[in-house]
Amino acid sequence: MSGVSHKPARWTPAHLFEGGPETFAFSPAYRAKAEAQMAKYPPGRQAAAVKALLDLAQRQMEEETGARWLPRAAMDHVADMLSLPRIRVYEVASFYTMFKTRPVGRFHLQVCTTTPCWLRGSDAVLAACRRAAGNIPDGEVSLDGMFSVEEVECLGACVNAPVLWVGDALYEDLDGEATEGILGSLRRGERPAPGSLRGRQASAPEGWPAVEGATLTDIAKTD
Amino acid sequence: MLADRDRIFTNLYGHTDWRLPGARARGDWDGTKALIEKGREWIVEEVKASGLRGRGGAGFPTGLKWSFMPKEVKDRPHYLVINADESEPGTCKDRDILRHEPHKLIEGALLASVAMGAHEAWIYLRGEFHAEYKRLQHAIDEAYEAGLIGKNACGSGYDFDLKVTRGAGAYICGEETALLESLEGKKGMPRLKPPFPAAVGLWGCPTTVNNVESIAVVPEILRRGASWFASIGRPKNTGTKIFCISGHVNRPCNVEEALGIPLRELVERYAGGVRGGWDNLLAVIPGGASVPLLPKEICETVLMDFDSLREVKSGLGTAGVIVMDRSTDPIRAIARLSRFYKHESCGQCTPCREGTGWLWRVMERMVEGRAEIEEIDVLEQVTREIEGHTICALGDAAAWPVQGLIRHFRPLMEERIRAYKARSGAVPMAAE
Repeated sequence: MSGVSHKPARWTPAHLFEGGPETFAFSPAYRAKAEAQMAKYPPGRQAAAVKALLDLAQRQMEEETGARWLPRAAMDHVADMLSLPRIRVYEVASFYTMFKTRPVGRFHLQVCTTTPCWLRGSDAVLAACRRAAGNIPDGEVSLDGMFSVEEVECLGACVNAPVLWVGDALYEDLDGEATEGILGSLRRGERPAPGSLRGRQASAPEGWPAVEGATLTDIAKTD
Repeated sequence: MLADRDRIFTNLYGHTDWRLPGARARGDWDGTKALIEKGREWIVEEVKASGLRGRGGAGFPTGLKWSFMPKEVKDRPHYLVINADESEPGTCKDRDILRHEPHKLIEGALLASVAMGAHEAWIYLRGEFHAEYKRLQHAIDEAYEAGLIGKNACGSGYDFDLKVTRGAGAYICGEETALLESLEGKKGMPRLKPPFPAAVGLWGCPTTVNNVESIAVVPEILRRGASWFASIGRPKNTGTKIFCISGHVNRPCNVEEALGIPLRELVERYAGGVRGGWDNLLAVIPGGASVPLLPKEICETVLMDFDSLREVKSGLGTAGVIVMDRSTDPIRAIARLSRFYKHESCGQCTPCREGTGWLWRVMERMVEGRAEIEEIDVLEQVTREIEGHTICALGDAAAWPVQGLIRHFRPLMEERIRAYKARSGAVPMAAE
């Protein structure tokens, strides 16, 4: 998104970002997905699909421009598809944090810093992300367009804290070094596998099943 | 200690197949048709007799909630809506059910829908759970293909559709009426009650909203019998529960245990104990961010169930156990939660919209000690002005952690203020 100017210091989600493409329309593939979402709801209730359509619009933007965000033209397109007043779509887009109404980097680094992650060292994860983005203010896009950083609230993986969320991938059980490893891989164009960076079995205690107090070990043995 | 044979979520850690064949091998979808044929009344009575209380935080009896639905389906369809918007800090139990035990949830959704005359159910899944969404949708597709749900579900003659809708990042949508607003495609702002969802819910129709875990345990309760479930735990606090143990423990984990297990046993047996040993414990938030923390003295003996934790002025909440060792600054830990509530307030009610921001700003000063001793009382009083004065419980949830901090760590807060004064001379009381 080079060449796009924005002023994060004064920006809030309630203020629409005026840059970005002039027009937006779903590609045939995305349009089919959008219509499938709309068909899930009872007749006359298609407005319920607004979040699903905004999500699809962001994903199409990611495919087309390399950054998953929601320009005004995309919101207008969704409003037209659902026959909604545009303000109804803007207010939804600005209410939910997953809708990014201004440009983000190729990889938007969302670091959970809520108390359970903070207790386990999210400060180091956040610092590593900020360093990778060249220490620009949170919310801005790094000069190479690669990274933007955002502190987010609880991502619902607290026993695998601290966590970092990039695209659709959640990286768990991190520390500063592991975070740097992931960011390096992303920069090289690799897609590191999501999940525990310490090789844990999901939410089981580390070392499971060969660890004191482990549950479900009888069941584990039979498989 | 709960035996593995009494655990419901035997694939909690995802170490075996989450798909339909694996689920069937674990006993899911066994005799579902016969359970449906026992009828609506029987299911409700059985769940009531089991003593199951809602696993989403409030602990309301599940069977009783179901009985609030109209007895007959008239011109408006009935809906079951499953709250999978898991976002309470410290809580990650529903995630394991969604990704590792999706068929328990789907079967539970069918049985619960029969119990309330609903032919359509929705799962409202938090938007961030993308991998879980893929899994859940795959499992639902499998269930449709196998004839377990859809027209004539399980060959019972009952038609049942189950659909997934995704959130987009808003903690408030875990509140049941905000969830319904969000599902309908609006901002997630809680509705005034009454009317309650059982009368006027999704699209104006009778609706019951239940937590993922509450629904997913139902098939096992019906198969093994209410008396089995009721025999686990303590009176009025029956059954098993998934606990999430996070923070300063040696091995953070999720574990399913009986309600009423001592907190100390839970932490030491399953999570490898407090980092640096039990004596290094400072405090525990026992039930997710919304409940007041408990200092070590109380943690020594308290039992992990709804009523025991209420007695010590905290709560079981979602059973997200957040452990803090003595290296923790508890004022900073709670200030971070105040920031969370400030971020997540929907902005509808003035006491919450203004109050959560005010709490956060004052808490940030308390972290530094840049305050007057008397301001601790002002802080406490403002939490009382927020609590109970808002449409939904987010205001209460923002107030309680601060109240807990003042109740148990007031001397530390005062010491911080005195230390700041000693460093920088007297400061005037700042106007916030």
